Amino acid sequence: MNQNITIDAKGIYYRQLNEAIKASLQDKINTIELQNVNGQRYIGAGITNDATISIQGTPGNDLAAYMDGLTLQVYGNAQDGVANTMNKGTIIIHGDAGDALGYAMRGGEVYVKGSVGYRVAIHMKEFQEKVPLVVVGGKAGSFFGEYMAGGILILLGLRGREEQPIVGDYCGTGMHGGIMYIRGSVEEHKLGKEVKPVEMTEEDHQRLALYVGRFAEHFGEDKEEILAQPFTKLIPYNKRPYGNLYVGA
Amino acid sequence: MKVNYLMPEFLIDRDEQRCTHCRICVHQCANEAHLWNDKKKIVYGEDQNCVNCHRCVATCPTRALRIRNYPLEYKNNAHWTPHYIKSIFKQANSGGILLAGMGCDRPYPVYWDHLLINASQVTNPSIDPLREPMELKTFLGRKPEKLSFQNGKLAEALPPQVELDIPIMFAAMSFGAISLNAMTSLAMAAKEMGTCYNTGEGGLHSSLYQYGENTIVQVASGRFGIDPEYLNAGTAIEIKIGQGAKPGIGGHLPGEKVGMDVSQTRMIPEGSDAISPAPHHDIYSIEDLRQLIYSLKEATNYTKPVAVKIAAVHNSAAIASGIARAGADIIVLDGLRGGTGAAPLRTRDSVGIPIELALAAVDQRLRNESIRNEVSLVVAGSIRCSSDVVKAIALGADACYIGTAALIALGCHMCQKCYTGKCNWGIATQNPKLTKRLDPEEGAERAANLLRAWSREIKEMLGGMGINALESLRGNRLMLRGIDLSERDLAILGVKAAGE
Amino acid sequence: MSLREGEVRIPSGCAISGIMNRKGYLFSGHDIIQSIALMHDRSNGLGGGFAAYGIYPDYADHYAIHMFYEDSFCREETELFINDHFNVEVGGRIPTRKVSSITEAPIIWRYFVQPKAEKVMEMDLEEDEYVARLVMQINAKFPGSFVVSSGKNMGAFKGVGYPEDIGEFYKLDSYKGYLWTAHGRFPTNTPGWWGGAHPFTLLDWSIVHNGEISSYDANRRYIEMFGYKCTLQTDTEVITYLFDLLLRKQGLPLKAVVTAMAAPLWSNIERLAPEERELVKAIRTVYSPLLVNGPFSIILGSRKGFVALNDRIKLRALVAAEKDDFIYVASEESAIREICSNPDRLWSVAGGEPVIGLLEGVEEL
Ligand code: SF4
Ligand code: SF4
Repeated sequence: MNQNITIDAKGIYYRQLNEAIKASLQDKINTIELQNVNGQRYIGAGITNDATISIQGTPGNDLAAYMDGLTLQVYGNAQDGVANTMNKGTIIIHGDAGDALGYAMRGGEVYVKGSVGYRVAIHMKEFQEKVPLVVVGGKAGSFFGEYMAGGILILLGLRGREEQPIVGDYCGTGMHGGIMYIRGSVEEHKLGKEVKPVEMTEEDHQRLALYVGRFAEHFGEDKEEILAQPFTKLIPYNKRPYGNLYVGA
Repeated sequence: MKVNYLMPEFLIDRDEQRCTHCRICVHQCANEAHLWNDKKKIVYGEDQNCVNCHRCVATCPTRALRIRNYPLEYKNNAHWTPHYIKSIFKQANSGGILLAGMGCDRPYPVYWDHLLINASQVTNPSIDPLREPMELKTFLGRKPEKLSFQNGKLAEALPPQVELDIPIMFAAMSFGAISLNAMTSLAMAAKEMGTCYNTGEGGLHSSLYQYGENTIVQVASGRFGIDPEYLNAGTAIEIKIGQGAKPGIGGHLPGEKVGMDVSQTRMIPEGSDAISPAPHHDIYSIEDLRQLIYSLKEATNYTKPVAVKIAAVHNSAAIASGIARAGADIIVLDGLRGGTGAAPLRTRDSVGIPIELALAAVDQRLRNESIRNEVSLVVAGSIRCSSDVVKAIALGADACYIGTAALIALGCHMCQKCYTGKCNWGIATQNPKLTKRLDPEEGAERAANLLRAWSREIKEMLGGMGINALESLRGNRLMLRGIDLSERDLAILGVKAAGE
Repeated sequence: MSLREGEVRIPSGCAISGIMNRKGYLFSGHDIIQSIALMHDRSNGLGGGFAAYGIYPDYADHYAIHMFYEDSFCREETELFINDHFNVEVGGRIPTRKVSSITEAPIIWRYFVQPKAEKVMEMDLEEDEYVARLVMQINAKFPGSFVVSSGKNMGAFKGVGYPEDIGEFYKLDSYKGYLWTAHGRFPTNTPGWWGGAHPFTLLDWSIVHNGEISSYDANRRYIEMFGYKCTLQTDTEVITYLFDLLLRKQGLPLKAVVTAMAAPLWSNIERLAPEERELVKAIRTVYSPLLVNGPFSIILGSRKGFVALNDRIKLRALVAAEKDDFIYVASEESAIREICSNPDRLWSVAGGEPVIGLLEGVEEL
């Protein structure tokens, strides 16, 4: 049964707001709408639940940290640290997001309509059936996918600051697992020394079609048009890039 | 019967079970410590001749050899240690000045070992050097006090700079003191790693001109091999006033070492002694230094920075300030432990001061006079590892020279007998049978590997401190703490005590 | 007793925020308080402060000296010195109101002064330099007295407490300025000395800053060659002096200053067009000791506007926005949205990329 509740977050400190959310979930409410959110931290953090929370405004740092199952719709921009160590669930951000989104994320999906900051998907990893996914509609700052260990990272470059390139420097630096797809091409000098571009396979096309399809659905965009452009696929050279770096003392 | 008072220093321990009397050691030891008895068809050792260079040990195919300290005990005496007794024997025997190779080996405090490095925890992040940028680029040369701009452009071009990818260079070692193969190894490694080697005072062999961008050419009191082509061949010129191993003393390359190649490179007749006077005879005062500096600049059209190298002595701070004001672009300080091919032992071991203290004093003095940033400061003399480099930079050095460490990378085993010309590792010798033991390609790879490994370690430590460009460590003494040092030492080093 | 700033180095984290009206239109301190208050959890109640420009139009040509005194004896001593070197137009207590969380405030005074012309001549200095030196003298030689700010038509208001409480305490809602910056401090350990709070100021410059830099001693030892004395041992102090040296004393263009302090990486410099490359290379070579390394975001305020900057690999957050004639910067987007819910443009600032807000008609800071 569908149970809805609306909470006006205006001027409410994050502790009280998150308490209210958790209390509602305890009461089996499965759709929560938060209005006038501005800067409250840790929304959705550490929650194991299948409910949906929609957020109007600008949620604060560490949105959905350790989150385990919720679906979050953010109608606004998200700040730094979204999906930090997230385990499961879906986040759909109808704006931009800040730095270090998806840090050490192990599962779940994050879709960002706009652009993201520095160090996005840093140390994202996969384990057994858990394969995290981040799709960014706009552009990304430097250190995109820094020491990524697993999961799928897709960058579309559909929008964003005009003067900004689709991705900053040190893209995939230290990457040792997972796959990155970037729409269009990336200059060689932007790539970390541990990654290389490889040919797209049929499996890649299917995978892209699936996730870009979901992205397009979330934000009402044209999937085919997005897929019409070729993508660059980046994977790490090997799983242990620093194997030869050390010598026993 | 005349008794020889001198007992051997080392004992050659041959495992008779393993030894096949193949005679490899006989061929390998230029000191003739392994001999062949043709009658008995056996190899035997002459302990007296062994200098413990490990060459025979490393090359013996059956691992039959071990070298031990000679098991000869002197009666315990904290004052009259075997070293002094043996020295007196030698001098009473010969009336000679004691000669030694490499640097001071006395147990003076090693200040590097009393300095500890910082790391970031919480309040600012450490940085992953493997994945994030980590910059070691270093520029040596004069910097203007400030830049001026005209319509958004530089009003004046920068004075010439030596651009280094890493803050470690190979110290001056002349052709003559070391072999051409050793020099070539260093030149190639310098090129590979984006740094410089230094010709020393022996001129530049024709085969090395190709490494010009990675060469610092030296001008010393003997002025060997110096002509306009030489001066313009490198990326900078270094005037050598003194060196840490023998401050105040000149040099002497015996005629035996002056073969054809050395003769041509030094531009002196074959077989003649190459003598470097103690001072430059055109520098008897600081204003004369200025004259020499500018004559070199003039001769090279002001396109090369000029460095002045001095041994670290008591008054280094004031001297360095004078050198900066005399127009030097780079000041090189060589500390007490700096190595050499040959130096009088007592001078080597008792003259000068440790580089750590000299560096701290000079850097602070130049700052007190507001001219530190205008000159570069390079230190040499006992840099053993990457953390020594880090500590030197934090104390205020722009870059370091390594000499001994570079030779060890090439195979030197620190027997300290470089002055004999019989270096079994093909480094400190001109004997073609010995020099061919060092393959320049292999040597270059080893020397480059050493720099590579140290650079990685430096980056690791920088990252730990939350620093991603070496310049932010330079003179950053807050990154150091002293351990087991007196108040006075701490004050001179300008560091706090650990725990403070 | 724990040691205070100046006796020991105290790292601290923080929140920063700034608002400016490009046309110079004056607005009250209400918004900046709101903005910084939103980032309450980035500070820990051990320091908050504001810098405000345009607040003293009636004394616009006077240096406004804000002072902290530990007791009235310190005040009398220092006033003798001030009277000796300046013509004091007016002086008196800075009005405050009671706020329960703000305790142990020092005596807070302000003076509107002009340097004594004959003394300036005697010392053969520019007026600004004269004032700067005297300020440093007071801070170094009068224990118990501390110059909080010393610029014209501007002032700093700071103390120990959460920034919103400090704003309330100083009645900032009753002042009007065209540029406001604010700081909420998270020091790791401080005895609660009011002088240690931010902003740090010198003449017109004010700095609020977030992050602990790792290049501190390299920067300090360089700047001290040029006559500065880093008595507080804080990052903010040394950064202020770096700006003062390059902008005021050496007259470098702001762009060059930013290049020195948040230098591009060599790998990027190599890819610049030759002329630009030579320029940037020269700046990085000559001013390498001024590279500010480690995480930081700062707002430098001045009479002419401000520049906000973060470190070159963006270890601290910085967001900027524009709405009509207003320009905003803050550590977090929400701190801007709190006072400007619908900006025309909002962007997250890239590492080493300056956000420059200048008053109309002004070309350099
Ligand atoms: S001098 Fe060297 S090669 Fe000769 S015996 Fe001694 S250790 Fe062996
Ligand atoms: S260079 Fe040769 S002679 Fe000199 S110490 Fe090393 S191994 Fe011995």
